[in-house]
Amino acid sequence: MTLYVLCFALFLVGLYGILTKRDLVKIILSSGIMGYACNMMLVLFGYRREASYPILEKGREAAAMVDPLPQAMVLTAIVIELGIISLLAALAVRLFQKYRTYDITKIRRLSG
Amino acid sequence: MRDVKPGLTVIVKTVNRLILWMIFLYGIYIILHGHLSPGGGFGGGVVLALGFLGVLLAYGRGFSLNWLRLGTLRDLEYSAPLLFLGFGLAGMAWGGAFLANFLSKGKLFALLSSGVILPLNIVIGLKVGLSLFLVVLALAEFDPSQGDDE
Amino acid sequence: MPVETWLIFLLGFMILGSIVALEIRDILSSIVAVGVVGLALSIAFLFLQAPDLAVVQFLFEIFALIILVCAFVRKEFHALEPARASRWIFGFTLIGLAAILALSLKVFRLLPAFGRPLMEVSRHYLEHAAAETGAANVVTAVILDYRAFDTLGEITVLLTAILGTLTVLRTRARSGKGGDR
Repeated sequence: MTLYVLCFALFLVGLYGILTKRDLVKIILSSGIMGYACNMMLVLFGYRREASYPILEKGREAAAMVDPLPQAMVLTAIVIELGIISLLAALAVRLFQKYRTYDITKIRRLSG
Repeated sequence: MRDVKPGLTVIVKTVNRLILWMIFLYGIYIILHGHLSPGGGFGGGVVLALGFLGVLLAYGRGFSLNWLRLGTLRDLEYSAPLLFLGFGLAGMAWGGAFLANFLSKGKLFALLSSGVILPLNIVIGLKVGLSLFLVVLALAEFDPSQGDDE
Repeated sequence: MPVETWLIFLLGFMILGSIVALEIRDILSSIVAVGVVGLALSIAFLFLQAPDLAVVQFLFEIFALIILVCAFVRKEFHALEPARASRWIFGFTLIGLAAILALSLKVFRLLPAFGRPLMEVSRHYLEHAAAETGAANVVTAVILDYRAFDTLGEITVLLTAILGTLTVLRTRARSGKGGDR
């Protein structure tokens, strides 16, 4: 319960950054923080007390293991997040080239 | 010329030359053992990309672009999803379902086991490593201080 | 110490690091602070018994750091300070987010308690993965055998994102003097 709330608070910190910051780089970083919170939440759902990692070894084929399904989902989510960050970075750099600033209010004004 | 002296000092270049193949070996090891130990295609692919990145940082752009044959890398990267799809269609033909595991399962804990998982790991490692490296290359060579109308 | 204590400590650290990353002036410090948050997340994955995720998160964090530094850290980029949000927007946002947090507290009671997942589908995966796929790593078995279709979609998304990046960055390189494409 406490862990879920803290994780959601981390998500809200990212949301706060997106809503109040005017710097494009800070906005990209905020979206990354929101992604961290989502991944952490998914893996928290899959944790099982007194259980170990979901990899079979010689001698412990049938042990109590944590839930592998959220881990598999998060593994793909991490990769997609990196692709999104690179796409956002490319867009931001192009915007800087056009408007010479990272301030979104000025970018909006220049677009007319 | 934008960069006057290509790359870093000779110490960095020598160390990089010595270590580079170990990095690649480590990445390939992680990819090949993806079905036995932590890691797999995603992690190993990033290790490969970091090895390429070391070359890029140590030797400068010009040398790396000559050494790497960028066109081949790009073709490999774009063909990786097609390879994945090909495995899926092969599973449809021989296994009865899309992406079915149609190869022999082998013995548990052996390297050549688990059928189609091993080649798919290799495909994913190729895709992730090459695409990330191409992105960093593009971002490094993009120079936004130049105007739009040059 | 139990796992919860460590995780609470790590999550508090991550929240602190995120706030520092968002509020600090220098953009390089900001990027590094986000990198520290990602590394803390990697350690948290280790505590949650997910070594696969810890390895991948660690490596991708390093790579994200390199991408962001490549893209954003140059002197002329941040010559003029971006404007801060007005006090009204700031206050409203804080109040709204606090209200969201307070109102959502009840929802978290409905979720399964920490440490007791439902595991309806996963039990089948854990018990039959070795026999059905032959892979010792159950996470890999789920990614590439049971749910390989997800991974195909993921590869497609990654391909699209990378193609978008290269396309967005490309137009100037074609018109410029560098003729390596």
